Amino acid sequence: MSSAEAPDIRAPRTQRTFGSSGRSNFELYSWLFMRISGLVLIFLVLGHLFIMNVLDGGVQRINFAFVAGRWSSPFWQVWDLLMLWLAQLHGGNGLRVIINDYAERNSSRMWLKAALYASMVLILVTGTLVIFTFDPNIS
Amino acid sequence: MPTAPAGTLYRGREGMWSWVAHRITGALTFFFLFAHVLDTALVRVSPEAYDTVIATYKNPVVNLLEVGLVGAVLYHALNGVRVILIDFWSKGPKYQQAMLWSIVAVWMLLMIPGVYFMLEHTVSAVFGGS
Ligand code: HEM
Repeated sequence: MSSAEAPDIRAPRTQRTFGSSGRSNFELYSWLFMRISGLVLIFLVLGHLFIMNVLDGGVQRINFAFVAGRWSSPFWQVWDLLMLWLAQLHGGNGLRVIINDYAERNSSRMWLKAALYASMVLILVTGTLVIFTFDPNIS
Repeated sequence: MPTAPAGTLYRGREGMWSWVAHRITGALTFFFLFAHVLDTALVRVSPEAYDTVIATYKNPVVNLLEVGLVGAVLYHALNGVRVILIDFWSKGPKYQQAMLWSIVAVWMLLMIPGVYFMLEHTVSAVFGGS
């Protein structure tokens, strides 16, 4: 039997190729990003929830003056900015995976992901602008 | 004679349910984050606009929903650590079930005082007291 009759199956563990453009490790990096961002979010998000909801009267003491006091410090500005970006990218990537799992038609997957990416851009841009342009003396 | 396949529904016990809960809490948190960034953006409109929207967070019913959200995020965070340990720690898969019960215990330990402080004001406002 000649080798020409061997079935056309790739050797195990060869990477998937995409069209003629070569390889992509996107899913590997996204998997890794979920774990690294998750570890950082533990401190940022649980710290945020503790300060805002539990400590010192919790949500009852929050108002404009409270926000102005916090954002006068670069420490909390950086904290909130990092939390915004990491949570949005981590949660958005998680939702991308969920859409891929459940939306079976190509067109529904495309539309759901278009809506997801649009909402991520909206939230990232709005949130970043709010932190950078905050004005304690507004109106 | 070949028989029809037995039931093929995957029943992964605790491991499967911990994953289902991780997925639901993650998606829930993401949707809340959408609303939360937009309500916070009202600090760029006026102090009054912001204080008005923040007042809804202080409403007793919404306050109860916040306890649910904190519980969901806390579960997601603790189980996230468990998932990371299963992936990267050589003994992780062996202890995955023990780790699940451990994070449930940690969740309870943190939530009991947490719920107390989160609801302290609401309980005294709704049920009176001095
Ligand atoms: C607080 C610390 C957090 C940790 C340690 C954490 C950890 C993780 C990990 C390790 C995964 C991957 C699970 C897997 O591949 O099976 C994951 C998935 C996910 N996370 Fe988080 N996360 C955290 C916070 C958040 C936040 C704040 C959000 C929402 C904005 C979020 C939304 C999601 C979503 C939607 C998924 C996808 C779930 C799935 O595919 O089933 N997570 N998280």
